[in-house]
Amino acid sequence: MAMLDVINLTTHYGPIQALDEVSLSVGHGEIVTLVGSNGAGKTTLLMSICGDPKPTRGTIRFENEEIQGLPTSRIMRSGLSVVPEGRRIFTGMTVEENLAMGGYYRDKHEIAESTEYVLALFPRLKERYHQRGGTMSGGEQQMLAIGRALMSRPRLLLLDEPSLGLAPIVIAQIFEIIEKLRDEGTTIFLVEQNAHRALSIADRGYVLEHGRVVLADSGKALLANDEVRRAYLGG
Amino acid sequence: MEASLYFLQQVINGLTIGSTYALIAIGYTMVYGIIGMINFAHGEIYMISTYVVFIVIAGLSMLGIDSTAFLIVAALLVAIVVASAHAFAVERVAYRPVRGSKRLIALISAIGMSIFLQNYILLAQGSRDKAIPSLLPGGWQFGGDGFAVNLSYMQVIIFVVTLVSMTVLALFISRSRLGRACRACSQDRGMANLLGINTDLVISMTFVIGAALAAVAGLLLGMYYGVVNPYIGFLAGLKAFTAAVLGGIGSIPGAVLGGLILGVAEALTGAYLSTEYNDVVSFGLLILILLFRPWGILGKPEVEKI
Repeated sequence: MAMLDVINLTTHYGPIQALDEVSLSVGHGEIVTLVGSNGAGKTTLLMSICGDPKPTRGTIRFENEEIQGLPTSRIMRSGLSVVPEGRRIFTGMTVEENLAMGGYYRDKHEIAESTEYVLALFPRLKERYHQRGGTMSGGEQQMLAIGRALMSRPRLLLLDEPSLGLAPIVIAQIFEIIEKLRDEGTTIFLVEQNAHRALSIADRGYVLEHGRVVLADSGKALLANDEVRRAYLGG
Repeated sequence: MEASLYFLQQVINGLTIGSTYALIAIGYTMVYGIIGMINFAHGEIYMISTYVVFIVIAGLSMLGIDSTAFLIVAALLVAIVVASAHAFAVERVAYRPVRGSKRLIALISAIGMSIFLQNYILLAQGSRDKAIPSLLPGGWQFGGDGFAVNLSYMQVIIFVVTLVSMTVLALFISRSRLGRACRACSQDRGMANLLGINTDLVISMTFVIGAALAAVAGLLLGMYYGVVNPYIGFLAGLKAFTAAVLGGIGSIPGAVLGGLILGVAEALTGAYLSTEYNDVVSFGLLILILLFRPWGILGKPEVEKI
C-alpha cells in the first residue's frame, strides 16, 4: 500500500480545468518527482493534496485515509507538510518564530527537540536565529521554509520548486538535504522545473502536461527518455 | 506661565480622550491586519459595552453594593464578556460567510451589522440618554496663580488602565503562541493554514481581543462622560477608525499613536478655536493623511507582490 495515492484527481480554478483525472502514488521512503513545464498544473496538484484548492473530483488517500475535502488545517496536521512555491516564510518574524509556527500544534518540548534537529541540519539558520526572515538571502529563506516544514516531523514532505531562483551551489546543498531527509526515513514528493536535478535523485517520476500525467517511470528511465530529454532537458 | 499651564491642561485632556480612541482603534487595526476589512460595527461594540457598564453599575447599586472598586471591576468583566460574545457572533454571522468575496461585500455587511446593532440597543434600551453615576469624583490641582491644572482621578485611571491594557496586548502579541499565530496570519493567512493553524479560530480571537479593548474603552469613557445613548458608537467608531488610518492601518503602535495625536489635536482645537471645530480638525487630518501618506505614520506602503 502506497503512502500517498492520488486517484483520478480533477481540479478547477473557477471555470478553468487545471488537472484532468490525474493519478499517481508515492511509496514509503521514496523520492517521487513531478516534472513539467510552466502552467502544466504541478503546483495545483501539490496544493490540491493540501486541500487548497479543493479538488472537484477524485480521491486523495494519505496513509489509508481519504483526505480530499477535509479542511486544510486538518490535512496539514495528519503527518504531511509543505514547502510551498515562493517559500512564503513569515518575513516580519524571526527565524525562531518561523520555526515555532511550523510546530504550532505540538507541545513546547517537541518544538525544542525539532528546533534542535532543524538547526543541526541547517547550521546557517543557527547564525540567523534572531534575525527577521525577510532580511535573509534567498537560499537562507529556502532553508528556513524547509526547516519550518520539518518542525512538525512530517512523514511525507511536499516540496514545490525548492531550487527556484537560487544559485547553483545553494541548489546543490538543498538537493543534498532532500536526499539526506529521505535516507533518514522521510518520504518526499518533489515538484520541479529543474527536471535534470530532480530526476537524478528521484526513485520515480511523473511528467505532467496540460493537467494530465503523460509519462511515468523510474527517475533513471525518464532521464534517458528521448521525449523527456527534448522537452525538459534541453536536448 | 498661565498660558503654558492652560496648554498643559489641554494636552492632559487630549491624551485622556486620545488613549480611549487608541483602545478602540486597536480593534480596527487588528481586524484589518488579519482579514483586510474595515469592521464598521466595531464602534457599536464599544457602545454596547458602555450600556453593559451602565446596567451593571445601576443594577449592583440597587442591590445595595457601594464598593467603588467592586463596581468598576464587575462592570469591566461583564462588559468584556458581553462585548466579546457580540464581536464573536458578528464575525460568524456577518463576516465569515462573505469572506473571500469582494471587499465591498464585506464592507456592506459590516455597515449592515452596525445599523442592526444600533437598532437592537434602541429597541432594548430606548433612545434617551442614560446617566452613569460618577464613581470617582475629585482629583488633584497644580499651579495656582490665575490658572490651576486639573488632573482628575478618572483621568489618572484612564491613563493607567490604557497603559496596562496596551502592555498586556503587546506581551500577548509578541510572546504568546496565539499572538504569534495572529502575526503569522496577518502576514500570510494561507501559509498559516498550510502549517496546520486553524486560521478561522485565530480570526475569531482577533475579533474577541478587539472587543475586549473596546469594552475597556466603554468602561472608561462611560465613567468619564457619565452618559450613554445608542448613537455614541457611530462617532467614537469613526474617530477610532481615523486614528487607525492616521497611525497606519494594520499597525498596532500606529493605532496608539494615531489615537493620541487625534485626542490632543481635538483638545487643542476645542481650547483655542471652538469645540465645534473638533470634528472638522479630526476628519481634516484624515483627509490630509489620505492625500499625502495614505499608509499612515507608522504603516508601510503596500507593495504589490509580483
